[in-house]
Amino acid sequence: MNVTTPLYAEGELPRYARHIALREIGGPGQARLKRASVLVVGAGGLGAPVLLYLAAAGVGRITIVDDDQVSLSNLQRQIIHSQDRLGIPKVVSARIALAGVNPFVSVTPVEERLDEGNAARLVAGHDLAIDAMDSLPARHLLNAACVAARVPLLSGAISQWEGQVTLYAPALGAPCLSCLFPVIPPEELLPTCTSAGVMGALPGIIGAMMAAEAIKLIAGAGRTLAGRLLIQDALWGESREIAIHRRDGCPVCGMIVGEAA
Amino acid sequence: MATIDILYFAWLRERIDTPRERIETSAATVAELVAELTARSERHACAFADPASVRVALDHELSDFAASIDGVAEIAFFPPMTGG
Repeated sequence: MNVTTPLYAEGELPRYARHIALREIGGPGQARLKRASVLVVGAGGLGAPVLLYLAAAGVGRITIVDDDQVSLSNLQRQIIHSQDRLGIPKVVSARIALAGVNPFVSVTPVEERLDEGNAARLVAGHDLAIDAMDSLPARHLLNAACVAARVPLLSGAISQWEGQVTLYAPALGAPCLSCLFPVIPPEELLPTCTSAGVMGALPGIIGAMMAAEAIKLIAGAGRTLAGRLLIQDALWGESREIAIHRRDGCPVCGMIVGEAA
Repeated sequence: MATIDILYFAWLRERIDTPRERIETSAATVAELVAELTARSERHACAFADPASVRVALDHELSDFAASIDGVAEIAFFPPMTGG
């Protein structure tokens, strides 16, 4: 007699009924979401909708990495946090929020800043990494760790009124971050949310796009953003899709032999 | 002379103070176009002060500054963004 642990807890499955009803997700796609392990680096503006939607979607295991605490100026856009959790670590606040949305998700909070010393360890064991950070050098560290571990990297970035989203995946024939942006611009050219401001709903727009892309990628639905960069300008109502390619001799992913994109 | 729509994103848009402009140019390459734009105004010069930090797409496809712009209808300049 075969004894296997059921995939879903008792009473869990009905909450996913509207995903299971979708032809592109269905029961098999929902099961892939439940079995998936996703790393989300950054529990701020972009991390907020990403984490909430992935938990609601029933992604089985979510690791959250952030070393920051919830502050008052976060609440204008970081809707995963709340007034009564000011001052506590963002990963703790996020875990409380996710438990409220879906108690069947296994959440691992990691109160660390991603750096050269921990990047490989943090990426290991995940099916997908999501870059929701606010530092370009740290984004490049995560990119290198994901390339080395062959973990696809879904990346979103915002500035003021604009956002960018793409899927970096050299093993799938798509470029890595270093193929697209080989040069890290000097600090003064890189406005952070702190110095330049950011419109509150913008991370909601870009973060929800990232969550949708993660759900598609895991469930095997539709066409991913591998090889395509979406740029959204919420101020002027412009959006562009730009075809992007791997760069010959990229020092980060050049040794990866990818499938045809 | 060719008529080309130029799109600016992120700090380029902020520095030039417009999301797009239509220009007449006889530039043969992206680099020549950038030199022409840089000479247009202080704002353009400021936006392209560090061209290595800027990427370019020709008709929605990533390209580089050495590329020919012959027959191109739209050129988008965009930098990496960092905020999360």
